[in-house]
Amino acid sequence: MLAVGLCAAALAGCSATGGKRAEDRAKRLAANGSAVNTPRWTFAMVTHSGAGDTFWDIVQNGAKQAAQKDNIKFLYSNSDQGDQQAQLVQAAIDQHVDGLIVTLAKPDAMKAAVTKAVKAGIPVITVNSGAEQSRQLGALTHIGQDETVAGNAVGDELNARGRKHALCVLHEQGNVGLEQRCAGVKAHFHGTLDKVYVDGTNMPDVQSAIEAKLQSDPSIDSVVTLGAPFAPTAAKAKQEAGSKAEIDTFDLNAQVAASLKDGTLGFAVDQQPYLQGYEAVDLLWLYRYNKDTLGGGQPVLTGPQIVTKDDADALLAYTKRGTR
Amino acid sequence: MDVVGAGGDERLAPRSLARRLLGRPELGAVVGAAAVFLFFSVVADSFLRASSMGTVLYASSTIGIMAVPVALLMIGGEFDLSAGVMVTSSALTSSMFSYQMTANTWVGVGVSLLVTLALGAFNGIMLVRTKLPSFIITLGTFLMLTGLNLGLTNLISGTVATKSIGDMQGFPTCRDLFASHWTIGPIDLQVTILWWLGLVAVATWVLLRTRAGNWIFAAGGNADAARAVGVPVARTKIGLYVAVAFCAWISGQHLLFAFDVVQSGEGVGNEFLYIIAAVIGGCLMTGGYGSAIGSAVGAFIFGMASKGIVYAQWNADWFQFFLGAMLLLATLLNAWVRRRAEASK
Repeated sequence: MLAVGLCAAALAGCSATGGKRAEDRAKRLAANGSAVNTPRWTFAMVTHSGAGDTFWDIVQNGAKQAAQKDNIKFLYSNSDQGDQQAQLVQAAIDQHVDGLIVTLAKPDAMKAAVTKAVKAGIPVITVNSGAEQSRQLGALTHIGQDETVAGNAVGDELNARGRKHALCVLHEQGNVGLEQRCAGVKAHFHGTLDKVYVDGTNMPDVQSAIEAKLQSDPSIDSVVTLGAPFAPTAAKAKQEAGSKAEIDTFDLNAQVAASLKDGTLGFAVDQQPYLQGYEAVDLLWLYRYNKDTLGGGQPVLTGPQIVTKDDADALLAYTKRGTR
Repeated sequence: MDVVGAGGDERLAPRSLARRLLGRPELGAVVGAAAVFLFFSVVADSFLRASSMGTVLYASSTIGIMAVPVALLMIGGEFDLSAGVMVTSSALTSSMFSYQMTANTWVGVGVSLLVTLALGAFNGIMLVRTKLPSFIITLGTFLMLTGLNLGLTNLISGTVATKSIGDMQGFPTCRDLFASHWTIGPIDLQVTILWWLGLVAVATWVLLRTRAGNWIFAAGGNADAARAVGVPVARTKIGLYVAVAFCAWISGQHLLFAFDVVQSGEGVGNEFLYIIAAVIGGCLMTGGYGSAIGSAVGAFIFGMASKGIVYAQWNADWFQFFLGAMLLLATLLNAWVRRRAEASK
């Protein structure tokens, strides 16, 4: 009320550009209702996401849209602590869900819980991480990007762009997936690759650490961030440090798409998180409905897709609505 | 200081400059800072470059802005564990209000100031009303704010990060105030450094030259004795929490206007950096002793150590270990110098 009053009272205080109004104007199309008349099954998704991670937002968006189409009740929970993630899986088993989607970022911690779900007759699909362990634990299939393969793709792209000295920016110490990405880049990149650890929950620290690294070694000609939110910050650091390095990144969001378009960023490698959520729900539905498994149980890869300036225009609208 | 009492009471006799310096809480920290500075000047080639100093100062200032009120609060005998996420709350409020209301960003900044000050007042009033330890009260606020940041952001924007407000009216002028930077020769200076130095100056003046400053020392030293001689302890403590909130607002607006988009999960853990800076700078964990300048030196030590390690190009896997070891050594040196100083008084 106060807010509306404030805005109405001082029309001068309103912005004529951007904001919610522009967003509403942009999306006036909405199609609701499910496409099938199968029973209303309940699927649960339990991820290793930390709190407030934009990447998992997109995964959830994909899952929710598939759930709506397939007449599924969709439950989501997450914890970045392995033991707590396992407890959440246990909670899903207790609720007798009809299907389970889990990530195996910490496979050892998840082993017992996932095996138990399979024994209880719940079809399990793993997404995002854990391609190697998925089969062993009895999951139907795995949907996601192989981090090493994605890293390799970045290494190849850097070679193609004639880069000699790259910097890998890790925003979380001890995260296996991030290390795999850097190692993947290193394996295919012909130049030298340095690593720098930054505190991902503290943006000024991310900026100043990259700045410091660029100042200390002017020969660095490309910076690779491992998460979309860190790419624009790296671009700022580059500017402050007066470096000529090209900024490239893993993953995509609206800011990255815009920066690709205006040339601030070189390229992004997208693992299409929307697909990971959407396909997981859809494949569980197919299994329930028709006992189908896609790819004969082989991992279904959702990436890596290299996105450059040429694609940015088309992607911008999708990133804004939170599906790319 | 004038010399009125020189002939009479020996307590009023003027002390030499050296003696007065030795009595200052930040002396040890300054020696520690000098040591860290010298160390990295030797081991890291690019550390001494002027452009590097701009980076180190920026890193120091983003911690330093919050370390100032946190130091005052510690002198006043209390902690604030919600200070880190409060910065994020402040940035989120500002961004989401502007976006959702399609309002000029200045309106969002104003609303955010009110909301953030209210959060600080909530901490302070809860503390003096319930008489529970500040550790518990602000831990509660910390958890609630962490949840609110995520929950409200997701509820309102539909994602866990805010939408970009970079194309909205008022943004450029807001950025000038909170996140501009300018180049002097090879040095790129961020405006946060000015905010930081300004806050240190104001806080030092309040502590050493005003009645409120005496109240803060008294409330932290011995609250009961202070109350007995008429110090408004409750009001002082509430005021200190509001001061923390005010600085959280400044930091939050910097985050927003420097990076345009705010991630709702940020800020967790930063409260410890502020407390660390205050403690390195000579604040006692038990209250009643410390200084604002000390907190600035502490933040500077932290900024130098965390960026110096990068300049030195040491193996990145060991980053946290080196950082911890540097801080411990700087603090040990600090404590040793202070003991020597007190012994020689």
